[in-house]
Amino acid sequence: MMDQRPACILSQLPADLLAKADDALADFACADLVQLVENERLAARQRRTRRPGTGQRWQDRLIVDAIPPNATVLDLGCGCGTLLGRLIREKSVRGQGVEIDFEAVVVCMENGIPVFQADLDHGLAGFPDGAVDVVILEETLQTLHHPTDVLTEVLRVGREAWISFPNFACWKVRLSLSLEGRMPVTEELPYHWYNTPNIHLLTLRDFRTWASESGVRIAEGYALVGDESRPLHLEQDNLLAEEVLLRIVPE
Amino acid sequence: MLTRDFESNTPPHSPTSVGWTKGQSVELFSAEQPFVLEAGGVLGPVTVEFETYGELSPEADNVVLITHPLSADAHVAGWDTEATQRGWDFRYRKPGWWDTVIGPGKAIDTRRFFVVCSNVLGSCYGTTGPASINPQTGKAYGLSFPIVTVGDWVRVQAALLDYLGIQKLYAVAGGSLGGQQALEWALAFPERVERCIVLAASPRLSATGLGFNAVGRHTIMTDPGFLGGNYYGAGPGPGNGLAAARMLAHITYLSDEAMHAKFGRRLRGKSKPDFSFDVEYEVESYLNYQGQTFVRRFDANSYLYITRAMDYYDAAEWGGGDLVKACSRIQAKMLFVSFSSDWLYPPEQVRSLALALAACGQPASYLDIDSRYGHDAFLVETEQVSRILRAFLNQEIAR
Repeated sequence: MMDQRPACILSQLPADLLAKADDALADFACADLVQLVENERLAARQRRTRRPGTGQRWQDRLIVDAIPPNATVLDLGCGCGTLLGRLIREKSVRGQGVEIDFEAVVVCMENGIPVFQADLDHGLAGFPDGAVDVVILEETLQTLHHPTDVLTEVLRVGREAWISFPNFACWKVRLSLSLEGRMPVTEELPYHWYNTPNIHLLTLRDFRTWASESGVRIAEGYALVGDESRPLHLEQDNLLAEEVLLRIVPE
Repeated sequence: MLTRDFESNTPPHSPTSVGWTKGQSVELFSAEQPFVLEAGGVLGPVTVEFETYGELSPEADNVVLITHPLSADAHVAGWDTEATQRGWDFRYRKPGWWDTVIGPGKAIDTRRFFVVCSNVLGSCYGTTGPASINPQTGKAYGLSFPIVTVGDWVRVQAALLDYLGIQKLYAVAGGSLGGQQALEWALAFPERVERCIVLAASPRLSATGLGFNAVGRHTIMTDPGFLGGNYYGAGPGPGNGLAAARMLAHITYLSDEAMHAKFGRRLRGKSKPDFSFDVEYEVESYLNYQGQTFVRRFDANSYLYITRAMDYYDAAEWGGGDLVKACSRIQAKMLFVSFSSDWLYPPEQVRSLALALAACGQPASYLDIDSRYGHDAFLVETEQVSRILRAFLNQEIAR
């Protein structure tokens, strides 16, 4: 029965290229891609009719659920403090935000969120080792000039970190680049090459490589696939996840 | 009075002005129960000049204390009805020194807050200082006035609040040396301060700052008119020295960029230099003017005492030299604001305070305002400072 399955996209590849191929493509056929495209079109139609402008990110609920009450939390790139505000209200955390944008900092202040205006690329110097229980780095990593330096600092200052970033190996991105030959512009990545704040583009696979080389363990994770968030499947999600949320700890 | 040419955009009749004001005065402490100063001296009684705006709530829970910088006074907002009677002509054409943020509907809204500001001990605007008469001798103190510290100032302010029946401060706010007083409030009286706003001030003055102050005092004390500080009623006084001190200080309040934008190398009212030592450049003329007007309104001895207090201040002393340990005393919600071109209290030094709080697990807020106005920016960047003050003062205490 196995031979009824359509041929894998990779089936014609020479062996040396095949060795480098993404595991997620190991059993991936053209028909699977067509199915993904179809599903996405359907989902997009539904999104247009019901997308509430809550200002909350998909990761927020997951992080709020995961963080223990009364924890100390440092939210890097906290924006207007939406997540930190929820954590302070719902989990009684001792929260501190860091944000570079003046307007966002003022909004934080109006909402009673303690916030430092600072450029994360200048590091977290001054924050002592293990100063907080949890560091949050939501949708910020790919905008930093020195992302791995910041990650190192994050795990110095916090005992663990929740980080999220857009996965640039998501099939939509791959399709845009390989089929259209253009830098991807999607709902999650609505920028053009000339105005994107995302300067260090990475994939889930890239991150896993960096983590294993840097003594960092991915303790758990979630993926945003279509409109759904679900626990991470490390094998498939380099292809399927639009964004990932990972809890990382020092090895 | 009616012919005053108001320079401010909120003249006394403006709905956002606190209007006409009148300084108040109270005698605190006594010869029997004197105020004991940190450096060892005693003073009693102590006269404290202060102003208030707005209404104190029945619960006395709406008090915002303003702490003033080096050369300022208790007249922080509105228009002084007694400017000329008291010999403070500079108040005649100008409202209080922070009128831009205090008044009905302004960032520190006097419809809601009861605003208090007092003149610091050792100054020359109504509070006991070196120009005051020593009751023991019947003569002005001069240099026999005891050395004062920022800690002393704050304890005198606390005594004033006791007198006014105010236990807790909704907020204390100040810039520069006033910012250090605000910080000292949060350290010395942690249980009395709910919110603390520190603008353009660091935990301690840098070596550069100490150097500027030293030069300022040197010019005063080597002026032939100084007479060991006993120049009251005796000769012209150390006006040239004080003017030079002010001119130097004024440079430190600006920034290179601000100096360039304001004056550049423009000549004063001519297209070619005269090749003389008279005023050639705009910047010379400006500094001369600043020096001269300052001499008319400030006492040289007060300048010595206040800059000395500024030198001595080190917030880390509350932690035996450890700023983080010191900050662990603080209970107030803290806001620190720096200004990008301030080289007297540079952003990284202001930021170090916020980090010290973070290091002891105390959430704090820190903002750097991008400004070319140097140290003066805290008084100049009204729009941004107002937004921040408003946001911070409106937030609920929720920790």
